[in-house]
Amino acid sequence: MLTIKNYVKAKSLAEAYELNQKRTNRILGGMLWMKMSNASIQTAIDLSGLGLDTIEETEDTFSIGCMVSLRQLEEHHALNTYTSGAIAESVKSIVGVQFRNLATVGGSIFGRFGFSDILTMFLALDTQVELYHGGIIPLSEFVTMPRDNDILVRLIVKKVSLTSSYLSHRKSKTDFPVIACAVSYFNGSYRAVIGARPQRAVLIEVPNEILTADTKEKNAELFADYVASQVTTGSNMRASAEYRLHLTKVLSKRGYLQVVQLQQTGGNMA
Amino acid sequence: MILSLTLNGKQIQEDVSSDLLLIDFLRAHGCYSVKRGCETSNCGLCTVFMNDKPILSCSVLALRADGSRIDTLEGLQKEAAEFGAFIADQGAEQCGFCNPGTIMNAIALFRENPDPSDDEIKEYLAGNLCRCSGYEGQLRGMKAFLQYKKEASK
Repeated sequence: MLTIKNYVKAKSLAEAYELNQKRTNRILGGMLWMKMSNASIQTAIDLSGLGLDTIEETEDTFSIGCMVSLRQLEEHHALNTYTSGAIAESVKSIVGVQFRNLATVGGSIFGRFGFSDILTMFLALDTQVELYHGGIIPLSEFVTMPRDNDILVRLIVKKVSLTSSYLSHRKSKTDFPVIACAVSYFNGSYRAVIGARPQRAVLIEVPNEILTADTKEKNAELFADYVASQVTTGSNMRASAEYRLHLTKVLSKRGYLQVVQLQQTGGNMA
Repeated sequence: MILSLTLNGKQIQEDVSSDLLLIDFLRAHGCYSVKRGCETSNCGLCTVFMNDKPILSCSVLALRADGSRIDTLEGLQKEAAEFGAFIADQGAEQCGFCNPGTIMNAIALFRENPDPSDDEIKEYLAGNLCRCSGYEGQLRGMKAFLQYKKEASK
């Protein structure tokens, strides 16, 4: 059972960072995962009073505060137009609306959970994270870093010419994904992100040189084969490594075809 | 720490422990419609509104609700009773344990989207588990209620 001795609603990021340097203190995100643990927390640090619960759009970026809820992501029109509905698709199977009103982007990304649909989705975009102490770094770099006592302040999604899709396979509608797959195309190349392997999501940049076939269907096969060759999957109670690898091929093929179709139609697959 | 919130329209100020969950605070204040079910944030039994948004009261600290407006089924009785009658008409409540949470989330849906499609209803209510009715009766009840509201507003 989670126990918390003190609760501090931080008045500044500096105060939160200082408090968070003590090993027994913890930053609260949505605390949905933390709540199920047996952690004994000396001081819980709440960032909800710092105005980090907004999505700000500029000409070049979306700035997503760490306390933005998954439901806000799901409902944000501009973000979903930009990603052809992929962001809404990536969160819609996460339990229910009530859960998504509590779960935060920061909690999901900072935790770098293997099951995270959010991490899988944002790795497929041109995303950076702003850390209070560590500054701004690419999400793809952050995902490989060991967990420390820094604070994830916001995500910064650069606006580029993008097409993207998101697919996942679940044993039941609101369960963790058995495998998750985001496919995107920007800056002249395709990328696939495979999450819930069950390890944390991995980004695969697919070289254009391998997509040499004369039809999109054949290229989709080549794309899927390449992605599967670069991914290591594992087994757990939801699925075996072999099944996950099979699903990786299926979903990355479908994701590629969705992205190609979006490029051809300029439409929205969601 | 001192928690100050508005519960079903009534201002409350109380000294609470740091790890008190909102569900326990609400039940201690007589809101017995708010039930503890799965303990894993999956079943939706404990659904309440925090500043008009449906949330899981089993998964949030009471102190997180400081300064907020909390509404439970006890505070929405008229609205809930009207809708609940349509659920009962369809035999969509057997043990009734999930009903308060389901009704709260359905009310949230109707406020947000007064004319939802079947798929939108199913999607919005995905976080409310029922282990006896099989959901079809609930869906029929919701559609009948929406139809009734539509005709009443003509």
